[in-house]
Amino acid sequence: MLSKRIIPCLDVKNGQVVKGVKFKQHEVVGDIIDLAKLYSEQGADELVFYEISASVEKRLLDLNWVRDIAKNIDIPFCVAGGIKSVDDAAKVLEQGADKISINSPAIARPELIKELHDEFGKQCVVVGIDSFYDEHSGEYLVYQLTGDPNAASQTRYKTQEWIQRVQDLGAGEIVLNCMNQDGVRKGYDLSQLKQMRALCDIPLIASGGAGKEQDFVDVFNQANVDGALAASVFHKQVIEIPKLKQYLKDNKVATRLCN
Amino acid sequence: MIAIINTGCANINSVRFAFERLGVTPEVLSDPSQLNKFDRAVLPGVGHANVAMKRLIEQGWQQAINEYNKPLLGICLGMQMLCDDSEEGNVKGLGIIDGSIKTLQTGNLTSPHMGWNNIKVSKEHPLTKGITSDDQVYFVHSFAHEVNSTTLASCEYGQPFSAIIAKDNYAGMQFHPEKSAKVGAQLLTNFMQW
Repeated sequence: MLSKRIIPCLDVKNGQVVKGVKFKQHEVVGDIIDLAKLYSEQGADELVFYEISASVEKRLLDLNWVRDIAKNIDIPFCVAGGIKSVDDAAKVLEQGADKISINSPAIARPELIKELHDEFGKQCVVVGIDSFYDEHSGEYLVYQLTGDPNAASQTRYKTQEWIQRVQDLGAGEIVLNCMNQDGVRKGYDLSQLKQMRALCDIPLIASGGAGKEQDFVDVFNQANVDGALAASVFHKQVIEIPKLKQYLKDNKVATRLCN
Repeated sequence: MIAIINTGCANINSVRFAFERLGVTPEVLSDPSQLNKFDRAVLPGVGHANVAMKRLIEQGWQQAINEYNKPLLGICLGMQMLCDDSEEGNVKGLGIIDGSIKTLQTGNLTSPHMGWNNIKVSKEHPLTKGITSDDQVYFVHSFAHEVNSTTLASCEYGQPFSAIIAKDNYAGMQFHPEKSAKVGAQLLTNFMQW
């Protein structure tokens, strides 16, 4: 049976892993390679690295750490940060990354998704979506450039429309970051994820809100996502991956144990 | 010495690093005429079958691979290219390992088949030494080889399909051993000892 994936997310800034709350107030968590090795040895199923300042600063992420990661870990990993073209993506994949994730550059130029799909295949192309629930209108809205609070802005898309659009263009996986939940550890946005799951034929990864082991069980059992991404609970050792995996297994979630 | 056949595809470095973690230094080989000098060969592959197969033939690898008489391992699309033909782009393969590559029928499951899944060993072989049915490996694909007499281990996702195949000195893995943690390392070690 295909295992549900546990995916620690490492936000990278100036060569270090950082973590902010609701995308703001970044604090340094540790060294990229040390953390990547630790999580892969503990049984993480995949890692995601976001160089959060790349898109905002209009540049491609630093390729050096990508190569170091590829040398040091033996699980798949996805890289994001300022990938705006097929050439950019080729550079990242050549270093040993398995997938590339695009967010703001896809909003600026949606055809990029199709270009990447045609060149590297669907399995390589992950689209990250920052979705904000607007209480006044009751709608889910797509935001961009969320790596910097001063640059972050609402886009013209509603989340549902954008999910449909990126699938039509050839995305192979969607990471849905529920912004209202980000960093606050009160559980995944099950209501939003359930709605969006119904629109996705491709793997859907939940992001934003994990606070305790039960939150992972809930997001897999109730929203039927393929993977769950989290950062602070792992960085701050609130949740340890081997214990989480055992908890998932005890609660009948398909998982990969690595003991 | 291990040769990694350089077909210009993206995951060559991943395969190279995986062997380096095991303490061996493979050579990324671009010249088909040198292939028979190596004890082992790996044919990696990521991307579209049509493009990859065309490149393999244009660069003159077909004959070198056909004449190779030491263990050769195809990974993912590299495995698929060793088979008879592929539905992806309706392309003819090298025809070395029996079987056709067809669209994986995933039913109501999401596609591509992406993530960690169990493999079940069905035939004893040096390549599957130490592998149990609890072991999981990392898959990313939407086309697959139907289970037949060359199947050493199978997997199921919507339908059963081959995870590891072998014929004579040629073998293939549909998943990515280079990204499959300890189980992958065991499989690559098995390949070096085959």
